Amino acid sequence: MTFLLALVIGCLYAAGIFLILRRSMVKVIFGLILLGHAANLLIFTVGRLTKGVPAFVPEGSAVLGGEFADPLPQALILTAIVIGFGVQAFTIVLFKRTWLTLGTEDLDLMKKTDELPRE
Amino acid sequence: MNQINQIIIIPVLLPLASAIAMIFFRRSVPLQRIIGLVSSTLMLAAAVWILGAVISGGMLTMQAGGWRAPFGITLVADLLSAVMIAASALIGLTTVIYSFAVIDKEREKFFYYPLLQLLMMGINGAFLTGDVFNLYVWFEVMLISSFVLLVLGGTPAQLEGAIKYVTINLLSSSVFLAAAGILYGIAGTLNMADLARISPQLEQKELLAIVSILFMITFGVKAAVFPFFFWLPASYHTPPIPVAAIFSGLLTKVGVYALIRFFTTVFPHESGFINGVLLVASALTMLIGVLGAVAQYDIRKLLSFHIVSQIGYMIFGLALHSPLAIAGALFYIVHNIIAKTNLFYISGMIERITGTFDLKKSGGVYARYPFVAVLFLVSALALAGIPPLSGFWAKFVVIKAGLGAEEYIVTGVAIFVSLLTLFSMMKIWNEAFWKEQPQTVAADAPNRYASMGTAGKLMLVSPVILLALASILFGIFFEPVFRIAESAAVQLLDPESYITPILGRKE
Repeated sequence: MTFLLALVIGCLYAAGIFLILRRSMVKVIFGLILLGHAANLLIFTVGRLTKGVPAFVPEGSAVLGGEFADPLPQALILTAIVIGFGVQAFTIVLFKRTWLTLGTEDLDLMKKTDELPRE
Repeated sequence: MNQINQIIIIPVLLPLASAIAMIFFRRSVPLQRIIGLVSSTLMLAAAVWILGAVISGGMLTMQAGGWRAPFGITLVADLLSAVMIAASALIGLTTVIYSFAVIDKEREKFFYYPLLQLLMMGINGAFLTGDVFNLYVWFEVMLISSFVLLVLGGTPAQLEGAIKYVTINLLSSSVFLAAAGILYGIAGTLNMADLARISPQLEQKELLAIVSILFMITFGVKAAVFPFFFWLPASYHTPPIPVAAIFSGLLTKVGVYALIRFFTTVFPHESGFINGVLLVASALTMLIGVLGAVAQYDIRKLLSFHIVSQIGYMIFGLALHSPLAIAGALFYIVHNIIAKTNLFYISGMIERITGTFDLKKSGGVYARYPFVAVLFLVSALALAGIPPLSGFWAKFVVIKAGLGAEEYIVTGVAIFVSLLTLFSMMKIWNEAFWKEQPQTVAADAPNRYASMGTAGKLMLVSPVILLALASILFGIFFEPVFRIAESAAVQLLDPESYITPILGRKE
């Protein structure tokens, strides 16, 4: 299972990086979203996968015994998903606004802010 | 638990409360201004209080919700954090006052002041947190506010700059997230004090090295260290001046702060390799930044490239990793926050007077407003490092530490770069202040400064005078200020002094 997830994470990272290197803004957004997913899955996987053992204290006992799924990575991912969702929503609106204002979605054409003023 | 510890939540709660209050009064801009001014003033008072408490009584810690240290979220104010909070509160207050004078009605109506407060909340939270994941969250709070502030107004240049800024920052955030996840996988904790305790004993040295490189990349992007700086000169000159000023003063310094925090406190034993990389990066950051600046004719772009160049000096101090060098880096950060922000404010004044940011079309400010010229000269010479201003001491200490560590090449670069800094500051001086404004331009460039009311002029000038005074005072009273920086550096290089107050003395 860990191996499979590692493969998925690798593919997500590769696809994400490929996409953010494209010239189209839409593809850049997709790339950023995929990178976010990859990072979330990575946290999930390195937090060690434990199947079917929720972190509940058994009745009559005061502490968790034996093996259990660590709830902290899941809490981290939940937070990261919420933040990522908000930021991505903002990015989509920003990119749409840019498209409406500049009339292009080709990132190669957006170099006005980098150029030195002409003589 | 000592009651005074609870005051360190103020820098986070106060901006949040005032931002919420402002949103309730969304129709009344004057009320929002008053709330902003009051809250920023209180913030500065609280920051000074915290700084005083930390200097006299040592580190303040607070466990959010009363959960004990490695389990809950810890807020920590050691000397470094307290100094950064104080400096950012000063910039926050001056930016609010400066904004009264220059921000247009439209932006004010669209939540400009609440966003400024939320930005301050994110910055303060990042300085205060004692938890790696929590640092990520504060970074996001800071980033999302900065995204909105950057595009507020929606001019084509702003949008274009924002695309670059947003994309690179989201990328860096996902690297941060991945690094935090792997770190948790290795160490089983994300509390900084706990990490400082555990990291020397960890088995997986290689993974730890990879994680520290990932952290270096993500903070390097935020701090605009070479080779991750291209987004900064592409975006920082696009928003209105107060926004550009607060970004340039504080945002990159949060990245530098995180680098210092991680590679002194959190990974004390990982620093050998990282320091080598940082040393080379610092030299290139200084050099490339200043060379970029020399070529520019837009004041804001010139100053943006200078941010990059100055970051190099701070990273240089960190990379040398001796108490003297880190103290120098800390002093440099504070000096730079003040001088750099002030130069941006002054560039706004130049634009008001001459009607342009373009140095070629600008001119004649000295003849018309000598006091503006004096204010510029104080900040520009402070930035370049002319005694007795603050920049001289900052550079002096860092370079002395560089010579002490026998890093002659990088030290040489630092001295050469400081010469070029002076050159590019003199370029602004010659073009904007000294020469006559070209007749063709002067005719159709209205002097918007002259047409401002007295109150407007006062709000425009008083922040600049305040920060220029700070630059002078830090230069004259160098020794007491530097003592604080020195003890902060000693504290940073001794992980025990960070661990014990948070986790308690056990084992």
